Amino acid sequence: MKHEKHKPEKTHEDISTASTDNGEPMGEPGETQLLIDGASCSSCVLKIEQALKAVPGVQSASMNFAQKTASVRGEANIDALVQAVEKIGYQAKPVDGLDDSRVLDEKEQAEQAYYRQLIRKTVVALALGIPLMLWGLLGGSVSVESPVERWSWFVVGVLTLGVMVWSGRHFYIGAWKSFKNHTANMDTLISLGTGAAWLYSMFVVLFPQWLPAMARHVYFEATAIIIGLINLGLALEVRARGRTSEAIKRLIGLQPKTARVIRNGQEQDVPIEAVRLGDMVRVRPGEKIPVDGVVTEGRSSVDESMLTGEPMPVSKTVGDEVAAGTINKSGTLVFKATRVGKDTALARIIQLVKQAQGSKPSIGRLADVISAYFVPTVMIIAVLTALAWLNFGPDPRIAFAVVTATTVLIIACPCALGLATPMSVMVGVGKAAEHGVLIRNGEALQTASKITTMVLDKTGTITEGTPRVTDIVPLAEDIDENRLLQLAASVEAGSEHPLAEAIVAEAKKRDLGLLPSSGFEAIAGHGVKAEVAGKEVLLGNEKLMRDMGVDLGDATQRGQTLARQAKTPMYLAYGGHLAGIIAVADPIKPDSVEAIRRLHDDGIKVVMLTGDNRETAEAVARQAGIDEFVAEVLPEHKAEKVRVLQAAGETVGMTGDGINDAPALASADVGFAIGTGTDVAIESADVTLMRGSLHGLADAIAISKATVRNIKQNLFGAFIYNVLGVPIAAGVLYPFLGILLNPIIAGAAMAFSSVTVVTNANRLRFFRPRGSFGRKSSVSAQPLTESGGKDHDVD
Amino acid sequence: MMWINLAGFLLIALIAWWFWFYQAKGVEAQSGQAVEILVHDGVYEPARVQVPQGQPVELVFLRQDASPCAAMVEFPDFGISRELLVNKKTSIHLPAMLPGEYPFHCQMNMYQGSLLVK
Repeated sequence: MKHEKHKPEKTHEDISTASTDNGEPMGEPGETQLLIDGASCSSCVLKIEQALKAVPGVQSASMNFAQKTASVRGEANIDALVQAVEKIGYQAKPVDGLDDSRVLDEKEQAEQAYYRQLIRKTVVALALGIPLMLWGLLGGSVSVESPVERWSWFVVGVLTLGVMVWSGRHFYIGAWKSFKNHTANMDTLISLGTGAAWLYSMFVVLFPQWLPAMARHVYFEATAIIIGLINLGLALEVRARGRTSEAIKRLIGLQPKTARVIRNGQEQDVPIEAVRLGDMVRVRPGEKIPVDGVVTEGRSSVDESMLTGEPMPVSKTVGDEVAAGTINKSGTLVFKATRVGKDTALARIIQLVKQAQGSKPSIGRLADVISAYFVPTVMIIAVLTALAWLNFGPDPRIAFAVVTATTVLIIACPCALGLATPMSVMVGVGKAAEHGVLIRNGEALQTASKITTMVLDKTGTITEGTPRVTDIVPLAEDIDENRLLQLAASVEAGSEHPLAEAIVAEAKKRDLGLLPSSGFEAIAGHGVKAEVAGKEVLLGNEKLMRDMGVDLGDATQRGQTLARQAKTPMYLAYGGHLAGIIAVADPIKPDSVEAIRRLHDDGIKVVMLTGDNRETAEAVARQAGIDEFVAEVLPEHKAEKVRVLQAAGETVGMTGDGINDAPALASADVGFAIGTGTDVAIESADVTLMRGSLHGLADAIAISKATVRNIKQNLFGAFIYNVLGVPIAAGVLYPFLGILLNPIIAGAAMAFSSVTVVTNANRLRFFRPRGSFGRKSSVSAQPLTESGGKDHDVD
Repeated sequence: MMWINLAGFLLIALIAWWFWFYQAKGVEAQSGQAVEILVHDGVYEPARVQVPQGQPVELVFLRQDASPCAAMVEFPDFGISRELLVNKKTSIHLPAMLPGEYPFHCQMNMYQGSLLVK
């Protein structure tokens, strides 16, 4: 009976580590890292080390003065260690997990050591195998016929056993342990293949008389060379795998090791872990910003391209936010640290990219299912192959059976299947991060490649999101432009709506004082009302006026004219009578038109959602090259519009800001949160675009398509390799063409099949989305769509 | 030849039974205690862990195997995929589960293990 399994919705929240809850591994077993503060001279090191060693349970303690860290081995209580250091006048705190760069360093060291070990094993195995192979190729005898040959091959057999033990021990141990666990893996296949070849050859050497003369052939060279080649393949795979994580290495490399903090009026360089919230940090021109913060002094331009993909430096002055890892270009800045350690935008990005790189999209599931049954299946095929040759093969049957069964075992490569998907995801997610696109997981990456309709929110996504007043049209005799604006601004003063901010900003620009207002009420999607100077003021769209019984007369024609110019007309009624119209326009971002064209080039229909009236929406849609639009959509109805599109069979992407549009982003097949620089709301969407530009969206789609294409190539290659390789190794071509695969060739093919998959995935590193960078575009330079926008039928 | 053929088919049956149908007992996890799983020599040890139903579980992986195959562990039922660093402990918390078998494996499905929830 199959039980229903519990599947948590947000599994990442259930993951934590023994030391922290953020996914970082613990340190060395029994090792504690402490950050030491207050050690100003190298003589302090000895004192601190002695104090730590005196704590019961400590086996060893050593302090790195340069890094201001102490490593303690043993089973001592962390609090006791901290107290011991504080008792002698220093400050200590446990390091919060391992920092990313240290983890990376250790990982690279381990990989390097493993690589060197594999190369040594390769050299030893090939040093025996290649001369043996050449001996055979140059006409030397590889069969056992005379006593001299017998003794010679016996020595070679013992040497081969030495190679098996020294260079191939890990295969045999792995195979045996897997066997005991009732599992089988690549080690099983290699061990059975090389073991069968060696055992048969030794049998020939020891008991030649038991075999027909034609079958007295030895295969020691195959055993040695296969072990050598597979070790070489693994070594090359280690190298190639290292390159797949270059993007994350680059991100981790952005984090500076030290920061210059100002404490008690004095500047001092401290390790990055020692920067505390509220510390004042100084950054000079050319230096990296060490933690996130808010500028309190100075003015400069900051290169944020490494995080956001935005090529132009961003100017920063007092009150602006700066992010760790970005580079201060021109002036000196002093800023107050607001996020440190694992909370900085950079650290969160690294965490997200790491998680996404490890996730697997559903496209790889079939390969997973196959690889779970793969090895025992190949073992069964090898037995059937041997039986077939023993029953129906030509003489020497036994030799043919051994060679073909060995070749089947050796050529089969489950690893290529297993590697096909994760390697491409690793590189694709990293590539996206380089372009300022943060993809939450492999599934989002896969779905993004299938999007047929992209829904874009208008304000802040297609447009700048910072509207300004363009027209003030008084329509009452006793009200002039300034009075109309003053009334509107007085009502809107308390609102945070972008249109309200535009009106208030314009009033400030004109030095108009605001009048006291009361009873402010926002009517969602329609406008606002409040009481100013004893009378009710209504400010909003045509529907609001009609609902409130305000006579608009022929003012609607004026309003529609403004709307056709992509402006948003807002009617103002004072004391129940129409007083005028204020129009606000939100300019289209300079590169939106071109980015939307890139989406069209990818065959994606673009739909715009906006709360604006139909005329304004139509004008914006026409200018931006939008295929369809839905006007006058209330914020809470955006998700419903997305669902209507999905019901029509579309795979829908929704792009909007991560906060107001969160329900619609969640409803879409893939939600894209368009960010504002490094202030990332990465928890809210499947994909976060760090740049405000829609080019990030087009980049995300292009990269996802390229990645899925790459995965398909890998899967296809791995499937075809095994589907063709195994039967050929079994000898299906022999009856027709007389071709039988040499086990050495099979070993080479198997060793390099995994490397080929990883190398193909690495090709993605050089992928560059068309038109992603360096394109200068402007709305005016683009032709307007002839067809214009049309309403999307959502009912 | 008949005996050889019989032996061959018997071997095939043994392979299928040993790797697919044999139900190995898992190492029983004590309630409330973390289970340490060693990753070395191409396997997880223990590879089968029996845990009580309805209780969250903490698995602590200690990877001693430098092979790149051992670098990730995946729990497909939970969408969990985690990197294991060499000679480092990595802890994974799983929520309370209903009875059943929940496999875990490396990215290439070569290192295989399972949680038996009873």
